[in-house]
Parts: sequence; C-alpha cells; structure tokens
Amino acid sequence: MWGKPITQVLEVRDLKTVFHTQDGKVHAVNGVSFHVEEGELLAVVGESGSGKSVTMMSLLQLLPMPPAEIEAGQAIFQNRDLVKLSPSEIRDVRGARIGFIFQDPLTSLNPVFTVGFQIMEPLRKHMGMSKSRARQRAAELLDLVGIPAAAERLDDYPHQFSGGMRQRVMIAIALACDPKVLIADEPTTALDVTVQAQILELIRELRQKLGMAIIWVTHDLGVAAGIADRIMVMYGGQVVEQAPIGELFEHPRHPYTQALLESLPGRHQANERLRSISGQPPLLMKDPDFCPFAPRCRHAFDKCRAEDPPLLRVNGSHDVACWLESAHAEAPNGR
Amino acid sequence: MLSYIIRRLLIAIPTLLFISLAVFLLLDLAPGDPTANMPLTVPPEVREKIRIALGLGEPMHIRYLLWLKQFMINEPLHIFSDWTGWDVAGGSQRVISWQSRSPVFDIIVERMPQTLWVVGMSYVVGILIAIPIGIISAYKQYSWFDQTGTFVTMVGYSVPPFFTGVLVIVIFSVQLGWFPSIYDTTHRVTDWDSFVVQLRQMVMPVMVLALQTTAQISRFMRASMLDNLNQDYVRTARGKGLTEKTVVLVHVLRNSLIPVITVIALGVPGIFGGAIITEQIFKVNGIGQLLITAIYAYDIPMVQTLTFIFAVLIVTFNLIADVLYGILDPRIRYD
Repeated sequence: MWGKPITQVLEVRDLKTVFHTQDGKVHAVNGVSFHVEEGELLAVVGESGSGKSVTMMSLLQLLPMPPAEIEAGQAIFQNRDLVKLSPSEIRDVRGARIGFIFQDPLTSLNPVFTVGFQIMEPLRKHMGMSKSRARQRAAELLDLVGIPAAAERLDDYPHQFSGGMRQRVMIAIALACDPKVLIADEPTTALDVTVQAQILELIRELRQKLGMAIIWVTHDLGVAAGIADRIMVMYGGQVVEQAPIGELFEHPRHPYTQALLESLPGRHQANERLRSISGQPPLLMKDPDFCPFAPRCRHAFDKCRAEDPPLLRVNGSHDVACWLESAHAEAPNGR
Repeated sequence: MLSYIIRRLLIAIPTLLFISLAVFLLLDLAPGDPTANMPLTVPPEVREKIRIALGLGEPMHIRYLLWLKQFMINEPLHIFSDWTGWDVAGGSQRVISWQSRSPVFDIIVERMPQTLWVVGMSYVVGILIAIPIGIISAYKQYSWFDQTGTFVTMVGYSVPPFFTGVLVIVIFSVQLGWFPSIYDTTHRVTDWDSFVVQLRQMVMPVMVLALQTTAQISRFMRASMLDNLNQDYVRTARGKGLTEKTVVLVHVLRNSLIPVITVIALGVPGIFGGAIITEQIFKVNGIGQLLITAIYAYDIPMVQTLTFIFAVLIVTFNLIADVLYGILDPRIRYD
C-alpha cells in the first residue's frame, strides 16, 4: 500500500521512542510509520511536543541515550535499518548520506571555529578530501546557498553572519556531502518572516538543482503549504493524517487537521476572532490506549476514549487515524 | 588589540600607585616596633637611635616617596646593572631589609627558585591532572568516575594543607620512609642521582598543593564542559557524523577551555606568593616563608616590597587573562 517501493529513499515502520525520566517513561513517539520518496518534500506538521523532532532525531540516533530509548521500529535507508546501526556505522550516514539542519542557527554553529572549518569537517571526514580541495568545495557550497563573496567569508566566524546567513551556512554543511535525504528540523522557526521566505526560496532552488528528498519539520502549516509535496500531521507522538498537499488542504479528514487549518490566520474575515484548539496536548506518560486527540476533539465518542485508532488508507494516497473515518468505512450510514 | 593593551597598561600605573600607597599606609599605621625583638637590656635611647637610623624619624610622606623612589627607580637600575655589567645605578640606596640588612630584592631572588620549583610545579601538576578529570567527569556525568572525582574534590577543598601535609609526612616519611619530610634547599642538581633526590623531596609538598589546585580547576573544568555539552552546536557536530572524540576534544573542549584558562592565568600570581603553610610544614624556605618571618620580625621594607610585587603580578596577570580571553574567543573584540 506504500506507493511505489522502488522510489522510496527512506521508510520508517512503527517507530517507538521513549524517554526514561524520574516520573516514569515518556512515550514521545508511538508507532510512527511514514516514507519519503526520491526528490520529494515531505512536511511534518504538529504542535510542540507532538514528537516531530524526536522522530527525526531517532532516525539518526541523535538523541542522548539514555534517557532516550528506541523501543521498536525500523528505518530502512539504502537497504539498511538505521535504528540498528552501530555508532560508527550511523556516523557514516550522518552528514554524508542524510543531512540534518537544526532549528536555531544562532546557536547551532560552534562560535570559536570559522565557518570554513565547520563546512570542511564533513567533507574531510566523509569524502576524504585534502584541505585545499575541501576549502574549494566549501567556497562552492557557500556560493550555492547564496552567500556573497563566498571564498572570503570562509575565514569569518559565525558571529559575523546574520541569522539568515547562518542558516544558509547550516544548509551548506548539511548539503556538503551531497546527501540523499535532507532533514530540516524547524529550520525557519527562529528567523523573521522575510528571512524565512528567503530560506524557503533557497530550498526550492536547491531541490531543483540537487534533487534530494527533504523532510521538513515545522509547526507552521502556512510554511508547509508553500513548499511541500505531501504533509504528515502528527499529534501525541502518532501520525494522525497524511496526504498530498492539495488533498489535505481541500479535504482534511482528521478533526485535529481540520482544527489546525481553522486556526490558521488569513482563512478568516478580518473582524473574526482567530480560532484556537482548546485544551492541552497529552502528557504521554503511558502507552496510548485511546485516541490522543479525544479529550480535545469535538466529535469524540465512546470508542475514541476506549481504543487507539489505526492509520488507515481512506482514499488514494490519503491516510487518516480516526474512528470517525473507520466508522464511515465500516458502516457508511453510521453516526 | 594593541591599543587595548597599551590603554590597560596606562590605567595600571595609577592603579599600582594607589595600591602602593595603601600598602605603605596599612603597614605604617599597624602597631609594632623593629626593635621589639631586641634584648630588654638595650636601653630606650639606643632603641630610638636605631629607629632613626632605619629612617623612621622622617615624616610619613617623605618615607613613602623615598620607598617609592627606591622601589621604582633604584631597584630596576641595580637589576639592570647586575644583568649588563654597566654601572648605571651608582651608589643609589636600595630597599634594605631591616632584619638582615641586605637588599630585599637579593633575598627574594634567592628564595624564588624554591617557591617556583615547589609551588609552580604543583600548579602545573594540578592543572595537568585537573583538566582530563574535568573532561571525563562532565562527559560521564554521575558515573562512578564522576562520583569519585566529586568526593576527592570535596576532600581537596575542605581539608586544609596543614592537615594533608602532616598526613602525608606520617604516611610516606614516617611509616613508609619513601620521601624525606624536610625539603633541603641547599641541594644542588648536578647529575641524574641528585635530580632523583630533588624529585623525591619535591613529591610531598607538590602533592599537598596540587590536591588543592586539582580540586578547584577540575570542578571548574567540569562545570564549563557541562555548560557546553548541552549546546546546540554539539548536536550539529554529531549530526555531521564526527566521532565522539572529535566532538568532545575539539568542539566542546575548545569552548570549555576559555573560562578555565582565564582562571588559570588569574591563579599564577598565587604561585609567586608561595604557599605559607605548606612551605612551613616541609621547611621549604621560599617566598611564603620569607613573608611570614618578615611579618614576625616587623621587617617593614620586606613586607611592603613583597606585598607590592604581588600587587604588580595580580594586575599583570589580570591583563594577561583578558588578552588571552580575547585571543581564544573570537567573539570578544577589544577595540
């Protein structure tokens, strides 16, 4: 059922990540499954604490373990399960075949090393380049991400760059070794809106030039709408809905997605109050045995509070995890 | 940077002049009498003549200016003459110790090697032990290594050298007979065997003093490492696929050393100050021992000169610490 298997670059199956804390286990990611196709841009959307970042970090084993632990699941990338790789094997994937861009460009670069040094590091480690060759390539990369006078700026320190420029440097580092997949974890959240637009434009260009698959984690549906091919909505550590972009915006099936779309500014009349979703996200202190969104859902019924809905294909390439949909499927006239 | 250093040096001049006045006034106003240690059979008139002969008959401001001239002009000239052999000093009056009637600087130069060997070596040893301990303790926080380190550090902080000094004498000199309990200042290193003797007599005082240095610096190093280990740039470095060794010993260490090196530089004047108690215990006649005997004997010129030299060293090493900070941290610019 998962599209065309040949073109998939990354397939995640039933990933479960927990954090061991003093108050008990926190189930941050509960059975997340998704895939990314070659050259595709998948946007992962959800509010804070929905498990988006933890999912992505789990893929590259970037979470501190302990307290984190990947309890189950697979992440198939180039015929290997990333979750089972040894530390040295996963290091050969990180930064080489999967690039990672982090949220805050102001703190994500090491303040005491030059930008050139930081870009050259993965080149020398993964591609075995000589110092001069790596330097040349670093200048090309800075040029590629739109930093003017790239060659001269290699010897500058991160504090000599603006926030947007630093995020461009981060992108250059992530792209250094020509990765198959680029994971961007809220790369524009810390930037102001005009700079955000520039970075989105840059990503669009780079996709056309380089053709890698991108997983774009964001809490901003507006940003996702602007660049994604497909959107995956997460809530309470689970995937609640997944569909191509047009389909999702036109026919959102999950009540959470519907509520998210309704709470977007700009979809309302100027004098209308902005809608919000009442209530708080779940605490995830135990394995979910009911729909995590049920307490905040206006359509919730008894089954929602008794059993966790599975992610089911409802139409074409549209998946939803909601008992409303299953009720439709089982009994078209139900409810 | 150069203009900053020059500016700081110019500011240092009034600072030091003020310190010299404070030191002079404090000692001059303190109760005491250079003839107090003389036999009671010396009649009061003779005592008075001795005081006048020592220059105590002059008013306070004249004595201050005279001491300043002797310290700032005559002494450097004498030192210059001794080094080059040119007689530029003539017969100008030097700062003379009341106790021994020989120039204060000559005595200090005699005492310096013992202090530098013992106290300086303990500082170096302490730092060399402390930095790896700090790194490992932070990287393996709450491991048995870290817990042991914390315990030993607590001991190093809280047990004073007059206890640890006597303890190591009891263990290593009295019980085991490995090391001599008295430091022989007249010992000359001429060949391998005498070098071994020198090492053996240095071991215990160095051990006692290094325990304190290690306790302080390792705690500081650990805290600084912990601050940096949680920074976003560390995650970026791991995301690039760098080995843990590179991440910790290049990225984290470089950042963590910045405040630690500042603290180390600020501690250097303390070496020249000697270790009064430890030097007493092991009979090392270094600077600390010189200062304490001068205070007992009311040898004002000696105490003034030593105190003022410490002040000069502290001001100098403050400047050195600031300059080092600017060199190590590219974000700091002094212009």
